[in-house]
Amino acid sequence: MATTETMTLNMGPQHPSTHGVLRLVLELDGEVIVKVTPHIGFLHRGVEKLSEHRTYHQILPLTDRLDYLAPMSNNLGYILAVEKLMAVEVPERAETIRIIMAELTRLESHLVWIACHALDIGAMTVFIYAFRERETVMEIYELISGARMTSNFFRVGGLSQDVPDEFVKKVSDFIDVMPGYLDQYEGLLTTNPIWLKRTVGNGVISAEDAIDIGLTGPALRGSGVDWDLRRDVTYAGYDKYQFKVPVGEKCDTFDRYKVRLVEMREACKIVRQGLDRLKPGPVLADSPQVCYPPKESVYNSIEGLIHHFKIASEGFPAPEGEVYQGIEAPKGELGYYIVSEGGNKPERLRIRPPSFVNLQAISQMSVGSMIADLVAVIGTLDIVLGEIDR
Amino acid sequence: MGVDNPLGDNIITTSLDLLVNWSRKSSIWPMTFGLACCAIEMMATGASHNDLDRFGIIFRASPRQSDCIIIAGTVTKKMLPVIKTVYEQMPEPKWVIAMGACACSGGIFDTYSVVQGIDEALPVDVYIPGCPPRPEALLFGLMKLQDKIMKERNSFGAAIGLGERYIPEAA
Repeated sequence: MATTETMTLNMGPQHPSTHGVLRLVLELDGEVIVKVTPHIGFLHRGVEKLSEHRTYHQILPLTDRLDYLAPMSNNLGYILAVEKLMAVEVPERAETIRIIMAELTRLESHLVWIACHALDIGAMTVFIYAFRERETVMEIYELISGARMTSNFFRVGGLSQDVPDEFVKKVSDFIDVMPGYLDQYEGLLTTNPIWLKRTVGNGVISAEDAIDIGLTGPALRGSGVDWDLRRDVTYAGYDKYQFKVPVGEKCDTFDRYKVRLVEMREACKIVRQGLDRLKPGPVLADSPQVCYPPKESVYNSIEGLIHHFKIASEGFPAPEGEVYQGIEAPKGELGYYIVSEGGNKPERLRIRPPSFVNLQAISQMSVGSMIADLVAVIGTLDIVLGEIDR
Repeated sequence: MGVDNPLGDNIITTSLDLLVNWSRKSSIWPMTFGLACCAIEMMATGASHNDLDRFGIIFRASPRQSDCIIIAGTVTKKMLPVIKTVYEQMPEPKWVIAMGACACSGGIFDTYSVVQGIDEALPVDVYIPGCPPRPEALLFGLMKLQDKIMKERNSFGAAIGLGERYIPEAA
């Protein structure tokens, strides 16, 4: 009686389809996957520990580099947590610009997702197209913050500076043409027989399992669970905006693909509503205890200079307490949990990254499928190792 | 200097060197080795807007087929042995580009887990500052690498097994 045993295969950390430095140890029965064990930590940079030695303002640049595909969403989550701790009210203009930028970030993140996901499965053209549109978003980033990726644009209490005049036109032009580009991607993929063969029925996870594992974001909504923090636990003024939350039915990779595409269209609509709401006004709250002074007063008055120096060198003392703020980042629920014991630094900053939790589903989603389908599962989970390892 | 150059410097060998150098600089094949944020800018450089293909730069997925490694991102202590292995798998001649502040010096991550610059382990040819560097900066760094390749001497001799490649001190 012949017996068979499973084969162990190592995948990564140097692999073009693992989206960074993820290592997977696969147990295979022929070409069929029996078990997938992710090994992480290859990009562990100690962000949470580093945060314990920095003032609240100084932590902000670290958050850019967590999920580097969605820097402004990371900024937003952290800033909202600090604002909750300090009970700061944000002016309306700052709030609106934050939402515009958060939704453009969602577009950007999903553009890189569709580019890499399609490239992994074998569709090169989509990569070239999606990066073309991403370049426009990067130009908008650069216009307002001076940096292409690590923007560091938001501040506790508002924004670092007001947006320039051409911002509205540039964003407006972009979201006018973006739905047409989305049609292009859909034309390349949605009815493409190769794409359908690779995605329909691949990576199925039921709604109950998805909730048990703690999936969030498009990965959860693809399984038919109607849950979106923007609508259900609203934050940053999202309750003033109308948007649809797409959900899937068949719980597979194709449904998650469709959910993300609809999300991109909805993001365009939210940005449009934001542009319509944009009114002149201050972009920084009037709380000198916490906020940086405006640049004009720093350059032209000694009081402003002293104020700036004090905030920059000492930071501000926070009250004792604990806060948690979750936001709907492009990849799912991104949460910041701050423990403060008074003083100008957090005692502990815990980051709940969506990719880290979503990655847990990889074994369940890929068991029983072929090795080649694992690449599609990694793509559909949309993981970023920067925030998994932190 | 003790550099072994049995063919010497004459018009024939230097012309052959130039030919070898020109073909090498016109077909730099880097590895797809994305570590962190800089990898996204590396992809953006390879995509439609900046288009690396016009320099003959084509990303290869295997170290055996590539002659340049772009260290694009934070190198952690856990990742360093992997990078060393990949580097050793690459055939000669090979060049290293340290892209971004993390790969150059550790950047803002001065912590227990981060290697403070890839030059602790690999011989870096070009350092590109920035966090992350713009695609234009990566293009400039690659062109600097091309300049450096063009300055190499005895590259023809080394290719046929005589002596070794070197860059003259004065260059």
